[in-house]
Amino acid sequence: MKRVYADLHLCADCDRMEQFSRVVEKASKLGYGLIAVPFRKSFEEQIRHVRETCEKADVDFASRVNLRPRTPEELISSLRKLRRRFEIVAVMCESKGVARQAAKDRRVDLLNFPQPDFRRSFFDAAEAELASNCLASLEVDVKPLLTLEGPARIRLISSLRREVATAREFHVPIVISSGISDEMLMRKPRELAALASLFDLSGVYSLEAVSKNPVALVKRNREKLGSKFVAPGIRVIRRGKDS
Amino acid sequence: MKIMKRRYLAVSIDSHETYNSHEFTDAVWGAVSKLFGEYGASQAGLNLIHYDETKKLVVMRTWHKTLEMIRTAIASITQIRSKPVALHVLAVSGTIKALYRKLEKQSVS
Repeated sequence: MKRVYADLHLCADCDRMEQFSRVVEKASKLGYGLIAVPFRKSFEEQIRHVRETCEKADVDFASRVNLRPRTPEELISSLRKLRRRFEIVAVMCESKGVARQAAKDRRVDLLNFPQPDFRRSFFDAAEAELASNCLASLEVDVKPLLTLEGPARIRLISSLRREVATAREFHVPIVISSGISDEMLMRKPRELAALASLFDLSGVYSLEAVSKNPVALVKRNREKLGSKFVAPGIRVIRRGKDS
Repeated sequence: MKIMKRRYLAVSIDSHETYNSHEFTDAVWGAVSKLFGEYGASQAGLNLIHYDETKKLVVMRTWHKTLEMIRTAIASITQIRSKPVALHVLAVSGTIKALYRKLEKQSVS
């Protein structure tokens, strides 16, 4: 079966539809079968337009929200409001408290750590254990690998290597996304996988991080958001009345 | 004796600018040595086989063992002559003949 490649963090500007459709067409040309674009809030109309543009380019689209809470309480409140409106919920973990809450909350899909600042990397063994119990994935954006240079990139690669090793030890799925907004920084899925070899994620694991893991995440969430879902493993097959 | 297998890569240059073969090879060598150092670059066995400036298509040769290294280095290039550029690997093959056959197939589909 042919692999479906996904980029779950394409930061294209949805307000400029012309530029956005160019980005979507390029994603399709580069071989992506599924893309996710982050929205600031739930704009039903805008999401519908974006979905139509993606359909034209023959690319599957998933809506995504990036949460940047300052406190764990703020995260819980945002999750309550937004979980059922978006197919993917990612948390940008900017403090240890938020990172821990995000890892243990089953409503969070992706844990993203602000990469250029390696001191804010809270993905340690405790975080990984919590994440592995709650099916959250570790998201790695490739953008800083392309934009940084010299010592900053060296520190970044070293930090990513540590995080990825911890994630693999605790069987936390890894998702590699582009995280880019500039068309010229878009890369093919295999190229993203090749860049992952810099932080010791190579071979089949890197390909899974751009195909199997993100696709499975979206599939699971779509099932959950569907009307037939009751609980994990339980869904409505047919509705009827007591005879 | 251990046989060293070769791999041929077809690379497309995605840019509004045109570059000559020297600028292109300098960029690739620069990226390889930046990421893997001079020792790593010396193991790559990198060679420019064909450079088509008008089609913006390049054919390069490397060793099978260092293919992923070259892929990574090529993907990491964002600028040539301080102008934005993206290089994409279109096809990889063991022989030049098969590489061109693959490219033809891709252009048809």
